Amino acid sequence: MKRTIPLIITFLGGMVLIIAYFIPYTQDWGEKAAVFFDVLAAIAFVLGGGNLLKTHLKKVSDRVAGWGYSVICVVAFLVTLTVGLGKIGVNPNAQFPNYAWSGIYDQVGSPFWWLYEYGFKPLTATMFAMLAFYVASAAFRAFRAKNFEAILLLGTAFIILLGRTFAGVYLTGFIADDSAFSGLKLENFTVYIMQVFNTAGNRAIMIGIALGVASTSLKVLLGVDRSYLGSGDE
Amino acid sequence: MKHSRVSPLRLLLLLALVSSLASATHGQEADDGAVSSPPRPPSNLQAVDHPMDKGEKINLTWDLSPDDPDNVTTYLVYRSRTDKEIEKKIDEDREKFIDAAKTDATEELLGEEWKGRMADLTQEELNRVRQARSTAAQQAEQDFVSDSASEDNVYKFFGTTIPGENEIVIDKLEREKSYTFMVKAVGTDLSRSAGEVTGAGLTPALQWFDGEWDASGGRFWLSIIVIVFCGSVVFWILRARSGKPIRVRKIAGLEAVDEAVGRATEMGRPILFVPGIQDMNDIQTIAAMMVLSHISKTAAEYDAKVEVPTARSLVMTVARETVQSSYLTAGKPDAYNQDLIYYVTDEQFGYVAYLSGMMVREKPAACFYMGAFYAESLILAETGNHVGAIQIAGTAMPAQLPFFVAACDYTLIGEEFFAASAYLSGSPEELGSLKGQDVGKIIVVVLMFIGITLFTLAALAGSDSELGGKLSEMGNFLKNVILT
Repeated sequence: MKRTIPLIITFLGGMVLIIAYFIPYTQDWGEKAAVFFDVLAAIAFVLGGGNLLKTHLKKVSDRVAGWGYSVICVVAFLVTLTVGLGKIGVNPNAQFPNYAWSGIYDQVGSPFWWLYEYGFKPLTATMFAMLAFYVASAAFRAFRAKNFEAILLLGTAFIILLGRTFAGVYLTGFIADDSAFSGLKLENFTVYIMQVFNTAGNRAIMIGIALGVASTSLKVLLGVDRSYLGSGDE
Repeated sequence: MKHSRVSPLRLLLLLALVSSLASATHGQEADDGAVSSPPRPPSNLQAVDHPMDKGEKINLTWDLSPDDPDNVTTYLVYRSRTDKEIEKKIDEDREKFIDAAKTDATEELLGEEWKGRMADLTQEELNRVRQARSTAAQQAEQDFVSDSASEDNVYKFFGTTIPGENEIVIDKLEREKSYTFMVKAVGTDLSRSAGEVTGAGLTPALQWFDGEWDASGGRFWLSIIVIVFCGSVVFWILRARSGKPIRVRKIAGLEAVDEAVGRATEMGRPILFVPGIQDMNDIQTIAAMMVLSHISKTAAEYDAKVEVPTARSLVMTVARETVQSSYLTAGKPDAYNQDLIYYVTDEQFGYVAYLSGMMVREKPAACFYMGAFYAESLILAETGNHVGAIQIAGTAMPAQLPFFVAACDYTLIGEEFFAASAYLSGSPEELGSLKGQDVGKIIVVVLMFIGITLFTLAALAGSDSELGGKLSEMGNFLKNVILT
């Protein structure tokens, strides 16, 4: 029973979405089915918040390695939640000046807005900026000329990198635009590699992905693969 | 009393003059005839709902103007605006009217070259201009009059047809809105006939099946492809059930799963499983849960610890169920610890920050990245690489694959990721579905081959030849209609 009901729900939900895609008359059914997911996700969000508190409070209580970070996490979570839900420091909406909570929670200048602008955004930007260094270290490792394939990869990357800079244009600037060898100009050669080799490879991967998605969806709908409900064995 | 008499000669001359004047005037009318005689309007304008569509189209037909084709260059087709569109049009007209009044007021003060003079104005002059513009705008606001029932406001230009063509499909209509239509003929001198209008309004109806099989956006061909593909998957699943052996090529990344789990067990370090940053409505997350099921079962058998931090609370719930069932299947329900599967945050880089910190502190022996990843892919994989973990990634995000390939030991590329569950389970039914996928690939290859052949032959035959044109048309139909 614990397995059968989720399988029936999965089958019905999936079929409704497929039918709604192909039969315009049933489009509303699909939209309604999608709302169920939003409801579930909203409920699970409360569960997630509770779990976050539980996990980090336990870490603090057990004094596990890095418990100080958990303290910061819990404090940041509670402060943001209180400030956002309580609309602390938010001016009432001009249309409803007598209702203290009528303003929007992320009003410019409000504490929530301040936390977002000066706390959250810089931290996020810092993490994103670190990507540049990781790209450099990953490229250094990936472009080692260990074997024939790696040499091909290195050569291609070298051409692409050069072709997208002024250096590439400068280096092959002596080839006339209207000559038979203009395709060898680095900027043109780069475009050729990207449009032909890269696109062909990408499309092959995309076709495989599309077929894989369709096949996996079908397996889930038909209940052939039940491993997401636990093991495939009964 | 003396009466003046007109001589016959003078009368004759007068008649000749009148006659020549008349003929000259007639000639002028003939030359400028179109100015004073626009074409006669088309008639019998009929609107019917477009069949087999999703309720956004209406078909229009009409009888051609009697002056078609001699004095018709084109037909102008209009559709009525919805109430909201009429309001929007009036608002836009009001804005234009006010802007024009403000421009007039500025020109009155500064002359026609006012734009060039604006930068050189003194503060006092600038204030005067502002005052004048403000007064003009207020006056224009009061003066603006627009009749919402006027033809200009009610009808919106849709498109044109050439002489002799008396039908058109009106698309992009709103469902549950009633529309009327109007067609006008345009003469050779660009004068327009009176409009022929449909009688009662017509509402585009939602059809049961979106079965248009041309390039107009129907899903007929897609439905055929889906039926053939799904049919082949089901066929191979049933065939596999009957006991026919199915061979699947070795996938190095999946062969390494046992090795990775074993290594973690030997080293006494945890296994990290990252199910991507998308929710359970993403098929990649579902596929990740399928892989997690097998990994956690192996981990349970080896007594290794699997940690699953999630970026979505719903994923956490599903992952818990999945891992718990795996431990149960492995016969070690007591070893299951739900606290190892927890929610971190929905925020992409907050999640990455937590995972990076956790990896550096706990140094997992094996890291699995399975699911939908974006910019965080390389940060995670590089951090895992730095802590010396054996790393296996699987995703269907083509843009992230190079990063995983560069930083991980094994990467499941696209379809390999979706095949992982079948491969790891070894279940004949699931392996049968992989065979069904191969049929899909054969269809794609055949269609690609046909397309390439058609375009190559079209190029050889020459695009201006009849054969070349037909081949090219067939190729385009395949490319733009069937495969789009």
